[in-house]
Amino acid sequence: MNEMTPPNAATATTLKDWETDQEVRWCPGCGDYAILKAVQRTLPQLRADPANTVFVSGIGCSSRFPYYIESYGFHTIHGRAPAFATGIKLANPELDVWMVTGDGDGLSIGGNHLMHILRRNVNLQILLFNNEIYGLTKGQYSPTSRVGTTTPSTPLGSVDAPANPCAFALGAGARFVARGFDVSKNLPDVLVAAHAHQGAAFIEIFQNCVVYNKDVFEAFASPKGAEDRQLWLTHGEPMLFGSEKSCGIKGLRLDPESFSLKVVEVPPSDSGADWQAAGVLVHNARNRTLAHMLVEMPFGAFPMALGVIYDHPAATFEAGIIAERAKASEGKDSSLARLLAKGQTWTVSGTAADPI
Amino acid sequence: MATQAAEKPAQPANPGAGPSAANARAEASPDAVVVRFAGDSGDGMQLTGGQFTLSTALAGNDLATFPDFPAEIRAPQGTLFGVSAFQINFGSRQISTAGDAPDVLVAMNPAALKVNLEALKPGGLVIIDTGEFTKRNLDKAKYTSNPLEDGSLARWDVLAFDISALTIQAVKPFGLGNKDALRSKNMWTLGLALWMFDRDRQPIVDWLNAKFRKKPEIAAANIAALDAGHAYGETAELSGPLRKTFLPPAVQEPGLYRTVTGAEAISLGLVAGAQLAELPMFFGGYPITPASAILHHLARLKEFGVTTFQAEDEIAAICAAIGAAYAGQLGVTSSSGPGIALKGEAMGLAIMVELPLVIVNSQRGGPSTGLPTKTEQSDLYQAVYGRNGDAPMPVVAARSPGDAFDCAIEACRLATRYMTPVMLLTDGYIANAAEPWKVPDPEDYAPFPARFLEAPNAGDQLLPYKRNADGARPWIKPGTPGLMHRIGGIEKHVETGNIDYSPANHQLMTDARQSKISGVEIPLQEVAVGEQTGELAVVGWGSTYGPIRQAVRRWREKGRAVSHIHVRHIWPLPANLGELLAGFDNVLVPEMNTGQFKTVLRDQLLVDAQSLTKTSGQPFQIAELETAIGKYFDGIEGNEGGEVPPNSQQLPGREQGHDDGTQPDAPFHGAGSALPGEANPNKAVNQ
Repeated sequence: MNEMTPPNAATATTLKDWETDQEVRWCPGCGDYAILKAVQRTLPQLRADPANTVFVSGIGCSSRFPYYIESYGFHTIHGRAPAFATGIKLANPELDVWMVTGDGDGLSIGGNHLMHILRRNVNLQILLFNNEIYGLTKGQYSPTSRVGTTTPSTPLGSVDAPANPCAFALGAGARFVARGFDVSKNLPDVLVAAHAHQGAAFIEIFQNCVVYNKDVFEAFASPKGAEDRQLWLTHGEPMLFGSEKSCGIKGLRLDPESFSLKVVEVPPSDSGADWQAAGVLVHNARNRTLAHMLVEMPFGAFPMALGVIYDHPAATFEAGIIAERAKASEGKDSSLARLLAKGQTWTVSGTAADPI
Repeated sequence: MATQAAEKPAQPANPGAGPSAANARAEASPDAVVVRFAGDSGDGMQLTGGQFTLSTALAGNDLATFPDFPAEIRAPQGTLFGVSAFQINFGSRQISTAGDAPDVLVAMNPAALKVNLEALKPGGLVIIDTGEFTKRNLDKAKYTSNPLEDGSLARWDVLAFDISALTIQAVKPFGLGNKDALRSKNMWTLGLALWMFDRDRQPIVDWLNAKFRKKPEIAAANIAALDAGHAYGETAELSGPLRKTFLPPAVQEPGLYRTVTGAEAISLGLVAGAQLAELPMFFGGYPITPASAILHHLARLKEFGVTTFQAEDEIAAICAAIGAAYAGQLGVTSSSGPGIALKGEAMGLAIMVELPLVIVNSQRGGPSTGLPTKTEQSDLYQAVYGRNGDAPMPVVAARSPGDAFDCAIEACRLATRYMTPVMLLTDGYIANAAEPWKVPDPEDYAPFPARFLEAPNAGDQLLPYKRNADGARPWIKPGTPGLMHRIGGIEKHVETGNIDYSPANHQLMTDARQSKISGVEIPLQEVAVGEQTGELAVVGWGSTYGPIRQAVRRWREKGRAVSHIHVRHIWPLPANLGELLAGFDNVLVPEMNTGQFKTVLRDQLLVDAQSLTKTSGQPFQIAELETAIGKYFDGIEGNEGGEVPPNSQQLPGREQGHDDGTQPDAPFHGAGSALPGEANPNKAVNQ
């Protein structure tokens, strides 16, 4: 998104234009600050109009987000942001809607709504801040907490398996699934791609809760050795990670025997074409099966798949509803008086009934 | 229904004989008749009743209906709890209830007979399909001997013959198998009923042709059955108790009429309300009995700027409607008790962010799943008080199907003018029942166009919570340049709307929300029947309107100073209600709950209101209310009010709906029996 666009006074904004006069109330050091800045930096790039932009959220730390963006904002109730956003988009499809939710809000109390907004393919951006904890209620384990997470509600460690947000989104029928993390410099690019996608664009953003779940993503989010643990995906590019300076260049290959992904070494070479010899896959963001495999890769043995994992647009819900209404209204008259008098009627004149 | 015509007493001059069709020839024509069609839930009784209602309306009689059906879609065939019934009261005078005891009972099988016979007036006519009186069906209905043979029907006029066989014979030329042929049995019965009351068959023929447009042979078979039933009337008159009865048209206010159910009237009223507010409508719903009919009606009215959204659950349905309201449309959601409970938190948000919203609650028996297909008025507390925090909301209650139209418009008016959610209460009885309705002229309603803020409202500053004289904040559509702001469920500053938890501010905002609703402009309370003062005020709300009106009239004719006051605005109450009730020696509040409105009246008005309750899932009968009113004039102290017991004359009947688990093929007991068609391979299916 580095092309020059002609200046347009109506939508030319800077980061400052997207800041509100409200004091930001997240804890010092919270990953939410970085995400807020990334969004505020991206909106001018998108030539977004603050008057036409709506941020909708549920309840939780992440859901305070709308108060800090100088646009229209609706801080709703716990888990239900997808339903509000659906109503807003159906009432006015021209609005540019961003939904902000968290792992508790989006996958626990609001899991049902998240599933349905993805399935229906409402045209909006969904930012799910995943910090693997309930922050605002003081640190209980969340549906994405790893097994053994010790919290006030699980003093002996949690025993239930965590949900995988991107796998959930794909399973619900999402047509755009991406991943980023709070302090990543690539996060704005992911936001831009999500915005360009017509339909429900789901982004899982790993977010560091410095108070209740500090540094749980450090293993891949730490700048040190990041290239060895982060696989940034680009459609049409080979799935390579690592560097010659560290553990060497590696890539992902499909093992046809087990129908699973394998990490392969890519020998250093001057030509740079050896990834093909190593059988490294080229990322195809339209391949749903590949997307499933990428989001299910266990971290450790595999790098963390980041960036646009899946991007394959389909008809949006609003478009379908508008087309249906247009078709149903075609040639029909909207006179209320005639509607009221529809069906079998009769007139009464004086005292006699006179069926017609 | 409300007309200018004077209402005559429901009882004829010689109450002993009753206006039964059976003895109509001997007497002068009755001025009203009650007919009940009862059969298996697969026999198409609701359809028969609906078409008979239409023909009655076209004949110019006034009418009221009471459809009653089991909660199970296809209850096991022939069982007592699978009986479906439809009662209609019609006449040449004004009709305001579905009638007390039927004059004519049509019983399509032994279970229908057993469940409904007790209700039939002594000397009434019972029409029976003997083709269904097999040993197996008698066993299922728990008859130890065949009532057709054991003399137990001696108190009534009985017309028993093999309707099943006659139907099969009538539709034979169309090459249908027996099973398909028997599906026309309800049309045969309808044909007979049309003959009995001298009705034109043509509208039904037209309806059948339209309904089976793509299956002309099915239409022809049904029409043949209808004609055969009609022709049978001529024959039976010669030899049996059957008589042709003619009821002259009722005196009604001149104008154009149609029949309307409560669900239809609410849908039409919401469309009218949206037009008067000059707004597109967004309706978020989720399937639930008995509210779904509103979603079904509105889904077909897209050309009126209506968007219907079947959400994933009740919560999403209201949240999407609030989202649409936020974006500038008229948000509407609808449900019944259990669904309304789920919507509670979102209602609180709508109160907090002060957006217009109409919530329709078609009440049913509760608590929990309760009685999904039966009526009750037990959600009044939920409507008035059922939210966390101090969360006031106007509550409007419809008294009849036709009145639901005006109430829906009123709810839209209050919601948009005061920027508030409004709850519209109806009940299962109003939702399903039909009555003739004088088609209103939309021009008669004053428009209330919604206004959106287009520019800052405090110099060059925007104050999203700055209130107008009504206490309402401005409605600001996202997309409006220069008015960006944030709203949410957290307590907000009294003007800026920014988060503000400070004690003084919460006090101010609590007071502002409270006073906005208590100051809602609503009409003064009028007296429906009777004088402004007197010995007894009978205060009702919702669907008890018809029976209270009739019972009060009867006591007035006996010379007692009884008045009927029917309250539409449950919250806030009309400003003059306290003063009005103070003019009566006694106040009786009949309700289909354990006394919820009585409690509100006592609390708000410090009035010594007595409760008369009925919580059997049956509406009040006129006679029950007449008796209850009489307790004030019998000279006995302390016997007023109380509880009306279940009534075996009424729908649903005593044994209907009762599942004691002894039925081998009862739903949820027998394996696989819930699958339609599997458990009952020979079952007739609704047309």
